[in-house]
Amino acid sequence: MRALVRIASWLYAAAVYGFIFLPVVVLVLFSLQATSFPIPPFTGPSLRWYDAVLADTRLTSALVNSLLVAALSSAIAVTLGFLSAWGFARFVLPGSALLRGLITLPLTVSYLIIGMGLLVLFNWAGVPKSLLAAGIGHVVINLPLCFAIIYSQMGDHQINIERAARDLGAPEWKVLLLITVPVMAPAIFAGFFLSMTFSWDEFVISFLLTRFDTTLPVEIWNLLRSGLNPKTNAVGSLVFAVSIVLVVLFELMLLRRKPA
Amino acid sequence: MNSATNSGRALPRAGCALPWALVTPALGWTLLFFVLPFLAMGFSSLTAHDGGGFTLANYSQFFANPAYWQAMVNSLQVTAIVTLISVLLAYPFAWILAEQVPERWQRLALMLAVLPFWTSYVVRSYSWLLVLAQNGVINRALTGSGLFSEPVQLANTRLATVIGFVHFFVMLLTLTIFANLKQLSPSYRKAAADLGAGPVRTFLHVILPLTLPGIMVGAFLTFVLCIGDYITPQILGGNNELLMPQLVMMQIGRRGDFPLASALSIILMAVVTVAYLACARWLKIERA
Repeated sequence: MRALVRIASWLYAAAVYGFIFLPVVVLVLFSLQATSFPIPPFTGPSLRWYDAVLADTRLTSALVNSLLVAALSSAIAVTLGFLSAWGFARFVLPGSALLRGLITLPLTVSYLIIGMGLLVLFNWAGVPKSLLAAGIGHVVINLPLCFAIIYSQMGDHQINIERAARDLGAPEWKVLLLITVPVMAPAIFAGFFLSMTFSWDEFVISFLLTRFDTTLPVEIWNLLRSGLNPKTNAVGSLVFAVSIVLVVLFELMLLRRKPA
Repeated sequence: MNSATNSGRALPRAGCALPWALVTPALGWTLLFFVLPFLAMGFSSLTAHDGGGFTLANYSQFFANPAYWQAMVNSLQVTAIVTLISVLLAYPFAWILAEQVPERWQRLALMLAVLPFWTSYVVRSYSWLLVLAQNGVINRALTGSGLFSEPVQLANTRLATVIGFVHFFVMLLTLTIFANLKQLSPSYRKAAADLGAGPVRTFLHVILPLTLPGIMVGAFLTFVLCIGDYITPQILGGNNELLMPQLVMMQIGRRGDFPLASALSIILMAVVTVAYLACARWLKIERA
């Protein structure tokens, strides 16, 4: 019976792993296709489609745009998230629970609706579609995340360290920069990298709020119009690789937090 | 979470301007770029596309036009199917990871299991298109093995949309259910065993009920993310059958009809809110 459960478990797990990895393996394998269609039979390996991606200035500039938007919007989100988390965790504010609820509210609304709302507002206010507009939207989706992560990590033992610093005569800004930020660094980095990942992959807000200069997911979307194409496989594999790097960094931050 | 209560003692000067200076940027951003857009959308939904004053026409259009109504029905059906299949697939998987995989391999096994979770929506859906296409991997395998003489229509169907969604949500639910199973104290299992329950009874009467609230949270998350997603149905399902997000995007793209798109978005959000209220009540009963 026990052995049977074990064998059934392995088979089931293998099947689910297979299901999960099937599209990724197909994506990456056929990005190495030598001929012009990413369908069987496999004719590679060849790096010609990666060359094609790197030679395509629309894709490379979209890649740079994506990284810029992700880095800047995440930096803003994590800064605002950290400051507000610190404010709410360290001071008694009237209506604190309500205000905290307001900050985390965007987490419950789909990206499509957040993007739609910004589109309508910007349209009225005469703000042109741009990377800046998309970046503003990315801060909206990532700020609640950064706030929630950092706020949940602000424990009582950190209050004591801050109190000690104040008792020793440190002004508030010194407490913040020399005590709170270093102590909270793992949570801050975790928030930053998670935001980077989400912003890097985000499609619908960028799609609605940008026009000519756009982010990589939108540019990939434009590529899809030409049907199945190994070039799309190649750029998709690159996007996947960057996401993995971000996630591994995020994991390392979480691991670093553990012993503390 | 409870640090706010005793932080008054930590800093006596709580009445000064500093705390407000800390929280105002985040609050301001949320008000300006989340609440205000939402109000703008609500206002827009009450205006006519071709100018003019206040109207409820955009909302009545949704109820009057069977095609719009059908999009909502399709969305709810697809979301329900996806949520059900994903939970049923993910639970045993998470259980195997938590119970059958040796402790030191668990972290790696879980990380591997959710690796494709982090690819972008667009790339993930495109990858499934490669797998499901007329001359894609699956059809080649089917015709090559002689099981089918003709390729099967897989892409541009509801099935494709469901597969694409299930792929993503199995990973999401595996994460949440795994965390849930690991949080259970082993003493529950020991107590059940001491009282003479076999593994099956322990699972059905102890483990499953204890993890049910976690499953509900995961299922609700699946529902919210699934019903609001545009990419997966657009790339995999095509335009044969419209889901709500596709309908919303169509109003903006083809006709620039912001008021109707706003009204449809608000209706979609209302459905999610109703689901949330239903789910929240159910969860509360479950915990009591």
